[in-house]
Amino acid sequence: MSKDIRLKKGLNINLKGEADKVYASIPQSDLFSLKPTDFHGLTPKLTVKAGDKVKAGSCLFFDKYNDRVRFSSPVSGEVTDIVRGAKRRILEVKLKADAETKYESFSTLDAGASREQIIEGLLESGVWPFIRQKPFDIIANPIDTPKAIFISTFNTAPLAPDNDFVLHGLDSEFQTGVNFLKKLTDGVVHLNVDGNTNPSKVFTSCKGVQINKVSGMHPAGNVGVQIHHIDPINKGDVVWYLYPQDVLTIARLFSEGKYDVSRIVALTGPQVEKPRYYRTIAGATIKNLLDENTLIGDNNRFISGDVLTGEKIEKDGNIGFYDSQVTVIEEGNKQEFLGWIAPNLDKFSLSKSYFSWLTPSKKYSLNTNYNGEGRAYVVTGQYEKVLPMDIYPMQLIKACLIDDIDSMEQLGIYEISPEDVALCEFICTSKMEVQSIIRKGLDLIKKECS
Amino acid sequence: MKLFKNLLGSVKPHFEKGGKLEKLYPAYDAFETFLFVPDHTTHKGAHVRDAIDLKRTMFMVIIALVPCLLFGMWNVGYQYHLAIGETATLVENFVFGFWKFLPLIIVSYVVGLAVEFAFAIYRGHSVNEGYLVTGLLIPLTMPIDVPLWMLAISVIFAVVIGKEVFGGTGMNILNPALTARAFLFFAYPIYMSGDKVWVYNAMVDGHSGSTILGELAASTNWQSLSWNPFDMMTGIIPGSVGETSFIAIMIGAVILIASGIGSWRIILSTFVGGFVMATLFNMWGANELMSTPAEIHLIIGSFAFGAVFMATDPVTGSQTNKGKYIYGFLIGVFAILIRVFNPAYPEGMMLAILLMNIFAPLVDHYVIQGNIKRRLKRANA
Repeated sequence: MSKDIRLKKGLNINLKGEADKVYASIPQSDLFSLKPTDFHGLTPKLTVKAGDKVKAGSCLFFDKYNDRVRFSSPVSGEVTDIVRGAKRRILEVKLKADAETKYESFSTLDAGASREQIIEGLLESGVWPFIRQKPFDIIANPIDTPKAIFISTFNTAPLAPDNDFVLHGLDSEFQTGVNFLKKLTDGVVHLNVDGNTNPSKVFTSCKGVQINKVSGMHPAGNVGVQIHHIDPINKGDVVWYLYPQDVLTIARLFSEGKYDVSRIVALTGPQVEKPRYYRTIAGATIKNLLDENTLIGDNNRFISGDVLTGEKIEKDGNIGFYDSQVTVIEEGNKQEFLGWIAPNLDKFSLSKSYFSWLTPSKKYSLNTNYNGEGRAYVVTGQYEKVLPMDIYPMQLIKACLIDDIDSMEQLGIYEISPEDVALCEFICTSKMEVQSIIRKGLDLIKKECS
Repeated sequence: MKLFKNLLGSVKPHFEKGGKLEKLYPAYDAFETFLFVPDHTTHKGAHVRDAIDLKRTMFMVIIALVPCLLFGMWNVGYQYHLAIGETATLVENFVFGFWKFLPLIIVSYVVGLAVEFAFAIYRGHSVNEGYLVTGLLIPLTMPIDVPLWMLAISVIFAVVIGKEVFGGTGMNILNPALTARAFLFFAYPIYMSGDKVWVYNAMVDGHSGSTILGELAASTNWQSLSWNPFDMMTGIIPGSVGETSFIAIMIGAVILIASGIGSWRIILSTFVGGFVMATLFNMWGANELMSTPAEIHLIIGSFAFGAVFMATDPVTGSQTNKGKYIYGFLIGVFAILIRVFNPAYPEGMMLAILLMNIFAPLVDHYVIQGNIKRRLKRANA
């Protein structure tokens, strides 16, 4: 029963710097890193030390509380450094890649493989972390059986890469990955395609899945929003999800026996002169991407991911484990004389208090300025305009602020992830840090319920 | 601009930690952020933020109030000259009203902001912008003749009891501007319910300064009033400074709704509620107020001003969208109900809004319970 979901609420932030649909070739990066901080709630246990030689697919660290969940090196080479933060927390495992990649060999599987074999194969190789779960937005627990698996084939976040372009021509590889995924659930694999456009036949011709059309503005592409409308999560339910490029990684693992996390990354943002797509490998430094490009100005912020949910990285930082987008925007660290009172035609706002609403298709180059200061909640009804769910966001956020577990459950905390409320955070007049509030609430619930 | 920057830069060290005036930092901060949008950048969560902030929001409400303010000033002069039987030009009327009304604005802002700053310094947090609007709403709802000391006391009462005791902007239960008016109404009733205060100097000169509602309550048929519906629409009638002109208020409503700052749900449902209640009373028709047509009810007194600028206060109103419909509708109903039945003072808007301020959380509670039940049902299905 495919579903056709049309969402009316949401907001597309029109940013300058969308990637042109061309691949630029660059010399492969030789500096990589795997960051335990990319995996929320993980306590890593190292299996390597600086100086060790590794292959692509060798385990670098594993989950202290679930040692079957391993994290592998994206390339072969040498561990150059273990970066630690406060309380000796591991922030990064840095690697220097060999000129030619040597792979660990894993057993290949065919379509007849059992669920256990597939799970074992994913865990052993380090591909497992690509499978994540709702609620809590963390790596899936291999002992659970999810009621459904969701794949969102499109991303509506600002300047997000276009999966139709990225996966073009990879029909059979994608289908292979999906076939393995189907074995992991007793329920349905939902493949959600973009209802605003004509989705690629990679997705529409995919077999053995339920194809749902979802149309609307951001966050229509968020898997959390799709789950809410297609097969909502109640207390006790577990749903797994992953993204199209992750499905390819699974397909390559089982057909070639290799841990191959090469992927296509979009370099985007108003500060990039030639935004475009690059073939690279998860965890590579962004230096190579930037060398090929001219940046506008030198007061920039580099983000692995999109401007709403991405992670701030340095100019020579590395692409996050789950990210296939790098965004460069200007830092907004300057004061603006009477900025709140001026007409300001070049400022983007959901409210119509700036005249930019007269030019709805205009593209903006936003910077990182807060555009104000944190305040008490004074304005109501804003969050509701950008959250296309039957959830009262403000009441839920207040419940999280006061650690009221009962109310959090009743108001729908299980269905929401920080990324779903990223737009609420963007538009908030009171400049609340909505994503971290929700994350804190989810952490509390997880702790109390386990 | 450079001048301001240098000036701020030169005094800043005194206000920072370790400086002589460290305790007064919130006051300094208020001035600095008033002049310059600060250079704070995002560090976690969304890297970009919407251009709107609370200052901009409040500023939009002030812009929406400008038509009422300008018209009100002119009307003060017009009503005065009418009462003393002199003719005056448009400019003369406006200038007269301007000079009579300006002290009210100054007293309201100076006294109110002084209290706000004092609390911000005492608590060590930044000054919230809420009073920018409250400070203008209070004089706009006052009679032009109100003594300045009385205004000052009601402002202090409104800010301290109406807002700060609850924790400041965003935490209050009652609309602060209406709290000021209610305080004046109960503490000095003659100034709010009397006949003689709505036109400048009426008390001294012995003119009749009664309002439309006053006359209707005194059993004058609405058709034999000295004002016709056109006067009521334009606002050439005695009354509180900002409340008389339905047209000016509607311009404000359009600005509030178009900019997305004011809730159209509340405004619409308040008018619907008032219309429904007044229509029911028309059918009954036991006295002059009851038999006044519903549409006339909506354009006289403080009904429209209350619906557009007071009921829409997001802090004290309902916060859920469904709740906003219910909240507004009930304000409309109670406003007409109180107007018709209150023997002491034929105006119900203030009390209706304050009453619904109290009930707004309850309305929201039931709306949210509905959502929770729906969610539970889904789980059991």
